[in-house]
Amino acid sequence: MRPSPSRLLNILVPVKRAVDYAVKIRVNPQQTGIDTNVKHSMNPFDEIAVEEAVRLRERTDVSSIKLVTIGPPKSSETLRTGLAMGADAGIHVELPESAPAPEPLGVAKALRAVIERQKEPVDVVILGKQAIDDDAGQTGQMLAGLLGWSQATFASKVEIDSAGKEATVLREIDGGSEELKCKLPVIITTDLRLNEPRYASLPNIMKAKKKPIEKLTPSDLGVDLTPILQTLKVTEPPKRVGGGKVENVDELIAKLKEAGITAA
Amino acid sequence: MFTPKNVHPYARKVLTRHLEARRRQLALPRHLTSGPAGASASDYEGMGLDGLTESQVQVRKAISAICRKFPDEYWAQKDIEGTYPNDLHRELANGGWIGICMPEAYGGSNLGISEAAVMLQTIAESGAGIAGAQTIHANVYAMQPVWTFATEEQRFRWLPPIIAGKQRACFAVTEPNTGLDTLRLQTNAVRQGDKYVVNGGKIWISSAQVAQKMVLLARTTPLSALEKPSEGLSLFFADIKEEDGVTPRKGIELRQISKMGGRAVDANQVFFDNFEVSAADRIGEEGKGFKQILHGMNAERCLLAGEALGLGHAALRRATRYASERIVFNRPIGQNQAIQHPLAQSWVDLEAAKLLTYNAARAYDDHVEGKGSAHTDLGARCNAAKYFAAEAAFKACERAVMSI
Repeated sequence: MRPSPSRLLNILVPVKRAVDYAVKIRVNPQQTGIDTNVKHSMNPFDEIAVEEAVRLRERTDVSSIKLVTIGPPKSSETLRTGLAMGADAGIHVELPESAPAPEPLGVAKALRAVIERQKEPVDVVILGKQAIDDDAGQTGQMLAGLLGWSQATFASKVEIDSAGKEATVLREIDGGSEELKCKLPVIITTDLRLNEPRYASLPNIMKAKKKPIEKLTPSDLGVDLTPILQTLKVTEPPKRVGGGKVENVDELIAKLKEAGITAA
Repeated sequence: MFTPKNVHPYARKVLTRHLEARRRQLALPRHLTSGPAGASASDYEGMGLDGLTESQVQVRKAISAICRKFPDEYWAQKDIEGTYPNDLHRELANGGWIGICMPEAYGGSNLGISEAAVMLQTIAESGAGIAGAQTIHANVYAMQPVWTFATEEQRFRWLPPIIAGKQRACFAVTEPNTGLDTLRLQTNAVRQGDKYVVNGGKIWISSAQVAQKMVLLARTTPLSALEKPSEGLSLFFADIKEEDGVTPRKGIELRQISKMGGRAVDANQVFFDNFEVSAADRIGEEGKGFKQILHGMNAERCLLAGEALGLGHAALRRATRYASERIVFNRPIGQNQAIQHPLAQSWVDLEAAKLLTYNAARAYDDHVEGKGSAHTDLGARCNAAKYFAAEAAFKACERAVMSI
């Protein structure tokens, strides 16, 4: 039997609709969450993930780039943004407008179910390292755990050898950077310096309108996205009080002592 | 807003309730009022998206992302230096935005003036102002009559370079002695074999210094020889520069006019002295230029209305931010009605202008798509939008300056 030719890669990019990074966040009067009646856009780290998938296609053999989002009806706008950047198709796991925001574990389970129902096996999942709304930073890792796949988090450089079925990922760590080599399939989460996302061009925005979006519900995936954590109270951080200048070291020490800070 | 202090607690409660009720009665947008329940005025981000179509919202989002690259400092610098904002034109051309309402077959995206007006509004509103919008607006509206009435050969020759940003167009109708009275234009074009020889002059021609092409309206039949005064003008899409794209061709002089503001984009007086235009660059039939140009003028009116809206909102944004930041007598000046009311009125005017503008743009698009029977007063609608939006913008700018 002839060896089967190396298959082209299928990439899945989960994206989240989050409060726009430029919006000033405000806690709602009931202190149960934030005022969400503001401008939303794609989570910036997810934008980097979409960009990386599109760039991978420019340098390796990629067959398809699929986006998936979990959220209210308006999340389909976020899918369109990613489709305009160059992804091929989208999956929208639709939640009712009033549904509470799903938690990382629920999202990871839903993503696993999405991956398992794909006809063409997924080789690479690229996620943002965190969403700028809840800053949980857990979904990628949980998904890798659930699937038992390799994981390379906080990527600042990604190379994929589609023939050898291997990924080389440079990741940002405290002391500098670390190079990982992992077998496909792999979960990659993006760090800020991986790339600079492109602006969607008008012709691509027009093309994106015709790209397919598959609608699913959590029950289609057999998952329950009800939160298992309870939010007790959301408050704004305490107002910053202005600092003061000190004349000399002695005064500084005196002030520190006054504030109850002493040498250990 | 007045907050009663130093009064009996009960009186204060009554007064406060009364004031709250009045505020609700005025029904001012939340971002323009202050007080415990409202957001602070500094959150005002410009025009609301209600009433816009999905594709208009998409255009607005994409364009504001591009414009974030060009902060206020960029525009201030360009205005001081009097240098052309080529960077924005390049960025928009790269994104395919110049072809927004040109047909797909030539590289355009086949959207309407409704979307183009949102695009120009968003550019102006970003802080780029009219100068920012002017870097591309003639390439959008002036190309409307060009592609509509051009032959297939001309479209393939003209449209792709404009859409790609390799060439730019300027729009030349107004003359020193003839502005509104278009039918009495004096610049003439006399046919000589396979070319026309143009003599005369135009004024207030924006971007002529950077443009390679000119949408030129000139007289091909003397007024005295006409039965119908509307049939003596012809439209040309003329080459005005040499191969290098910079040097003016023989017979045309572009003299820049110095201005008080909006200095980043050049305005020019143009002189034609036996300037030759190839007959292959005439658009449509000879003598049909007036009707063709009207097609472009209605588009221009809608786009200008959009630009004015953007400018007005930019001014209002700055004014409200300042009003909430500037502290006098221990409180932001925006808490005084003397500051609040004029700004709130400006917002109302701009909202009204928005309705007129996008209604006119939709009427224009319907007309182009052949659904025009309901809009016999298209010209009036487009003019009304341009007039009202410009007035609202002027008022908003004036009041912003007064607040600051």
